Amino acid sequence: MKGVRVAAILFLAALVAASLLAGFLAPVSYAHQFRDLPDAAPSHQHPLGTDDLGRDRLSRLLYGTRVSLLLAPAAALLSSLLAALIGGSAGFVGGWLEAAVMAATDLFLSLPWLFLLITVRALLPLNVSPVTSVAITFALLGCLGWAAAARVICANAHKLCGSDMVLLARATGSSGFRLLWRHIVPNLMPVLSAQFWISIPVFILTEANLGVLGLGVAEPLPSWGSLLRELESFSTFSGQPWHFVPLALLILAVSCFHLALQKQEAWA
Amino acid sequence: MRKVCKYVSRFLLVVGLGGILGASLVRLAPGYGVDEEELDSRLSQESIQAIRQAQGADESLPSYFFHYLNKLLHGDLGYSRRLHQPVGQLLTARLPETLKSVGLGLAIGWTFGLGLAMVAAMSPSGFADLGASLLASILLCLPAAVLALLFVIAQAPGQLIIGLVVFPKVFLYARNLLAESAGLPHVLTARAKGLGNLRILLWHVLPVAAPQLLALAGVSVSLAFAAAIPVEALCDLPGIGQLAWQAALGRDMETLVVLTMIVTLVTLLANTAAELAGRPTHGGER
Repeated sequence: MKGVRVAAILFLAALVAASLLAGFLAPVSYAHQFRDLPDAAPSHQHPLGTDDLGRDRLSRLLYGTRVSLLLAPAAALLSSLLAALIGGSAGFVGGWLEAAVMAATDLFLSLPWLFLLITVRALLPLNVSPVTSVAITFALLGCLGWAAAARVICANAHKLCGSDMVLLARATGSSGFRLLWRHIVPNLMPVLSAQFWISIPVFILTEANLGVLGLGVAEPLPSWGSLLRELESFSTFSGQPWHFVPLALLILAVSCFHLALQKQEAWA
Repeated sequence: MRKVCKYVSRFLLVVGLGGILGASLVRLAPGYGVDEEELDSRLSQESIQAIRQAQGADESLPSYFFHYLNKLLHGDLGYSRRLHQPVGQLLTARLPETLKSVGLGLAIGWTFGLGLAMVAAMSPSGFADLGASLLASILLCLPAAVLALLFVIAQAPGQLIIGLVVFPKVFLYARNLLAESAGLPHVLTARAKGLGNLRILLWHVLPVAAPQLLALAGVSVSLAFAAAIPVEALCDLPGIGQLAWQAALGRDMETLVVLTMIVTLVTLLANTAAELAGRPTHGGER
């Protein structure tokens, strides 16, 4: 099992490296159009063919991987920080603050994730530049995905506050910010880190859902979600298997995350 | 009784918070109180002002909250500016389709998920576990929207997709839970005394795991409703998921907020019912 985990981590590392080097590895820019070659089959010049607008699929896949694979961790970091701030302070202070935060997390957890996302997404402009749409999509994921993690962190902070270790720290004169910073936060780090890592595949899949529904990253910027949207125009599975490469890559990447994060899932 | 009151008051508090949040979203949405009629170049500034007043654009936030919640309590769910119909009518027409596909999806997901988890937890050979785990892992990596697209290409019935979204979560969670319960000392004792697998499962393993399985049931309702959006939008099923998608694309906030609140209410009810069903019927507090 350890070998499988190592292989998964290596695959993800290779994928991140390839996406970071997209500028060198991609034959052309993701937006460059070969107007005389729309929907071309794979060839030496275009290993994965071209899309309806004549854009090189391999280049779009590499740049799309960069967008999805680098911004999902950024969104996960944002949601983990929010969860640490909200859940940590609620667990530390306790009382009415904890009750209010628990009510807020109940509300957020009862709101079906996609309903909430598309509602807030609809509040924001839909006709924005591609880069702004990327920022909006992933910032929304980060800002709305804190509730489950906050609940776990709040429970852990509450437990820590009642522990012998914290009692001893209080007895030796530690209180307030010092107690929080020196004793509570370091002990919450493993849980926080687990929440961060397990959020990444969730955000990748959510972005894919939003992208397929046309509410994610705007054209011509590619992401895994917007690349998968192309499947909408197919009527059969046969004939053009290279169209399914982004889907295969998404499944592989998310599987690798699940394999690599088994320990973190146990922590969370 | 105290516990039930606590659950009910928490439920009401969350519903109240949801109502205020929903009203804020509608009131603060860009374009609130603006009507297409205002684009008519023949209208004077006074006429435009009168239209805005009629739309409530100048209303203060607290006054808006009061009127919005009052309207909701009287059954007036607002008007869809995109579909030019009262939201209540749209809901009446579309909710049954969603309830049917969500219900079917939950039934499929739970039947296969829990069934295979029971087989995997109690079977001595690991083949059932391996096969089901592999299937669940693959499905867990597929976004609901992609599953919907694949079903459209395969011309398969879209109603089954929600089952495929619910199945992996139920299977993986239930399998771990049942395996943990199957390793408890009282189960080992029962096994040592020669009890059969089925009897051990029904009498000694499932009752221990039941509260957590019930909690999962509540969560799976939320999961199924969330999956309804891409499934109905892409498979052209006329339910509230498709309506929510259309409302999002058309920035029809009034419809979207009412839909979100109704789905939240349903999932909250499911979660509260699951928590109440999972609490101990006698003995001390959990």
